[in-house]
Amino acid sequence: MHIEIDEISKQFGSTAALTPVSLNLPSGALVALLGPSGSGKTTLLRILGGLEYPTSGRILFDGQDATGLTVQQRRAGFVFQSYALFRHMTVFENIAYGLRARPRATRPPKAEIARRVQKLLELIQLPQIGARYPNQLSGGQRQRVALARALAIEPRMLLLDEPFGALDAKVRKELRQGLRDIHDETGLTTVFVAHDQEEAMELADLVVVMSMGRIEQIGKPADIRARPASDFVRNFITA
Amino acid sequence: MSDATTLAAPPRPRAFRAATEESPAVRRGLILIAVAGLAILVFAPLIVVFAEALAKGAVAAVKSLQSKDALSAIRLTLLIAAISVPLNAVFGIAAAWFITKFDFRGKAFLITLIDLPFSVSPVVAGLCIVFMFGANSLAGGWLVAQGFPIVFALPGIVLATVFVTFPFVARELIPVMIEQGRAEEEAALTLGASGWRVFRTVTLPNIRWALLYGVLLCNARAMGEFGAVAVVSGKIRGQTATMPITIEMQYNEYLSVAAFSLAAVLTLLALVTLLLKTILEIRHADEIAATRRH
Repeated sequence: MHIEIDEISKQFGSTAALTPVSLNLPSGALVALLGPSGSGKTTLLRILGGLEYPTSGRILFDGQDATGLTVQQRRAGFVFQSYALFRHMTVFENIAYGLRARPRATRPPKAEIARRVQKLLELIQLPQIGARYPNQLSGGQRQRVALARALAIEPRMLLLDEPFGALDAKVRKELRQGLRDIHDETGLTTVFVAHDQEEAMELADLVVVMSMGRIEQIGKPADIRARPASDFVRNFITA
Repeated sequence: MSDATTLAAPPRPRAFRAATEESPAVRRGLILIAVAGLAILVFAPLIVVFAEALAKGAVAAVKSLQSKDALSAIRLTLLIAAISVPLNAVFGIAAAWFITKFDFRGKAFLITLIDLPFSVSPVVAGLCIVFMFGANSLAGGWLVAQGFPIVFALPGIVLATVFVTFPFVARELIPVMIEQGRAEEEAALTLGASGWRVFRTVTLPNIRWALLYGVLLCNARAMGEFGAVAVVSGKIRGQTATMPITIEMQYNEYLSVAAFSLAAVLTLLALVTLLLKTILEIRHADEIAATRRH
């Protein structure tokens, strides 16, 4: 799905989290929102997912105004920073949650839900862990379960908030490839937030460098490396 | 050389002890104080209640419990708990939800307000209800004329009990809900669940143990409340006298066996609640551990 962000701004009380930003995300792209903390990248992601409403501006999904859509109507697969798995449910129940929450008319039958959950568990290469609880999983496994849960609702886009933030270096590398594979397989427009420039540069097709609620530069990783648009970008990507 | 002296015979280490561990003498002393405190403050009164109740034999105790006043008091107390506890469970969940899931001006003030019943003397609370709804007040006079008196009747006792026990559920829930944050609820929303479904399938299961503790504490206090109820009930024997009030009246009338028998029943009700809680904790130990923050 093609996402257009048109002059979006966000005020929290008297502080501006986003000064009007505009951004065009082509369908099927893997996009990184890169910036230091407080740069507004998570706010932008949450606005895309419908968890936060912009103070002004519009969001267009495939050319259609989506600004007023509720979080449920957005159908965005969202992976939270600490994964936010339902701790009182098994992995199976976590992944099935979105399918079970559908209205009766569109809810798949039980056997179909089980089949789809199993397929997703295979996609994240953890076919055996359906009966476990989140606190019995490693950090990397949790991240993959959160990804499977987000994919279960057949989302229109995938939004990830610091998906590798809480993991050690080795697991990070593995999961980076995992996310790339899942993106390529599903073809979903994917936006992830990162504060680590190496991660963003290596994984994304398109990098959006942000600072203080503004977009500093948009471009392919190689272009940003070759031609940083400002001193801030130059300092940030060499840091 | 000074080297020789430093190398010679290092001082013998004393028995090793963890840095946070006290010496055996101190430990024993502290344990003794704790046990003595427990014995004097908790066990002795418990034993006295049951001993006094059975002072003239079990038959006398049971017989005193079968009196009209005692039966009416037990029925009234159970009824009041059955009304007040569910009300406060709902109020408590609503208040905790509101305070922890939304940011708004005056939040600190609202939290203080929830604690008010803890700091206000129950007698004062009871007097306020009498003042507001008594037969001489505007609202009370009208209500009495409609045949629906509040003071010296069941509604007043329920009002007083609800006021006094209001903080218990909210107080248990607020820290738990703050600790758990909003992420899981947000996740459920992005997965397409409605607000009510999120509450039912995510919020409620996550707070159920805290809710249970809150409800049990609230229940214990609702059954045992004396001060506020004493003021609003008018202490009408067989009508508005709850268990604690009947106990006091009987004690003042030197009906020691009757007073202590009823007190023993009240104590037993509390002990049963505690027992229930413990059984639930043992039976669901795995689940409780699993739902802790990961």
